Amino acid sequence: MLDVRNLQRLTLGPVDLSLEAGEVVALRGASGSGKSLLMRALADLDPCKGAVSLDGVDRNAISGPDWRKSVAWVPAEAGWWSDIVNDHFSDWTAALPLISKLGLPEDCGGWQVSRASTGERQRLALVRALALDPGILLLDEPTSGLDSVSVQRVEDLVAGLAEAGKAILWTTHDQEQARRVASRTLLIEDGKLELLS
Amino acid sequence: MNYVQLGYDDLALASLLVLANAGLSLALNLGLTRRMLVATLRMVVQLSLVGLVLKSLFAAASPWLTAIVALAMILFAGREIMARQEKQFTGPWSYSLGTGSMLFAAALVTMFALTGPVRPDPWFDPRYALPLLGMILGNTMTGISLGLHTLTTTLVRERAGVEAQLALGRPRNDAFRPAVQAALTSALMPIVNSMAATGLVALPGMMTGQILAGVDPAEAVKYQILIMFLIAGGTSLGAVVAVLGGAWRLSDPRHRLRLDRLK
Repeated sequence: MLDVRNLQRLTLGPVDLSLEAGEVVALRGASGSGKSLLMRALADLDPCKGAVSLDGVDRNAISGPDWRKSVAWVPAEAGWWSDIVNDHFSDWTAALPLISKLGLPEDCGGWQVSRASTGERQRLALVRALALDPGILLLDEPTSGLDSVSVQRVEDLVAGLAEAGKAILWTTHDQEQARRVASRTLLIEDGKLELLS
Repeated sequence: MNYVQLGYDDLALASLLVLANAGLSLALNLGLTRRMLVATLRMVVQLSLVGLVLKSLFAAASPWLTAIVALAMILFAGREIMARQEKQFTGPWSYSLGTGSMLFAAALVTMFALTGPVRPDPWFDPRYALPLLGMILGNTMTGISLGLHTLTTTLVRERAGVEAQLALGRPRNDAFRPAVQAALTSALMPIVNSMAATGLVALPGMMTGQILAGVDPAEAVKYQILIMFLIAGGTSLGAVVAVLGGAWRLSDPRHRLRLDRLK
């Protein structure tokens, strides 16, 4: 599905990586090892060297916006560009089932973003990306600010997405979580990627 | 025209006000005395030199000399725009974006004024061309400086929000729109405020100068209105070109935010 060859950016790489449909891959590594650099490079948010393709189509043959709709990145600390939550969704009603699934109140669309807690913002950012129905999801520590119940909800949701054929790259510092959610775990050290388990 | 001619003794008398300011600064230990005196001296020397240069230029009435002085004014103003930026563009863009926008806007609006409403004979008459260009440049420079400053600082400050939109597949025009709007608003606000307050709160310097030089106030007002129109046009045009050019430079054809192009 996603095929990466010789990807390089600053201290990252060269990285070779492939993600298959229905697969959850965990990415571990110390802070500053290059996890976010890799995520941003895959989402085409930074210029980088190397070849990246989706379903055999080279990334350069697809426009940047179209690529990012297919390969959606959810950063650890999501950005917001409006004060009100539902301004960040093109169709709030369509997002409601996912909102409920992640344990968020249905009326949170009218909230000020500043009213939402870190964990609520993290889950809202995840729903915002899923609303695009991307084939690939790049999740940067998606449960770092969540309580155990919310962590379980996110893990269940992602497992369901994988069953539906999505490919997911999930960064985490939690070894147990990596074992629970992923079929394989990659380790990144000094920008180099290796198979851990 | 009847007007009271000023002698050097009159100027010396008026300079007592600056000296009083300097004495006040010294008494209150504000630490401004030296800077104030240096600035006053610079102003006197610079204006005296400009007076001499303008006198020679007016006498020569050469299109080439006029063009060279106009270009020098634009290049100095471009350097001033660059110096006022907290976040400067890397490479040649640092100087050329502001200077190029100003060259385009100020040259176009000055040419319009000379060949349209004012029509001196010859059309490049430096007595008209240089003061008009100077007034348009001064205001366009401020507008472009403010616009570029707001654009770059807003994009740096709102980076997470801009990149969140790009990451969701929005095109750069959508993601950059709030920063571009804020930049153009801050660029145009001074001239809008100035037009709203002119005549009520303050009498503009050019009009006051004409009246003091003996020009009929009704004629001085007409010139002032023309100048305000020219300044508004030049500032808008220059700010739009600079801000859109800056936004284009801070993104790329893959619709990425390129803050690495700032230093």
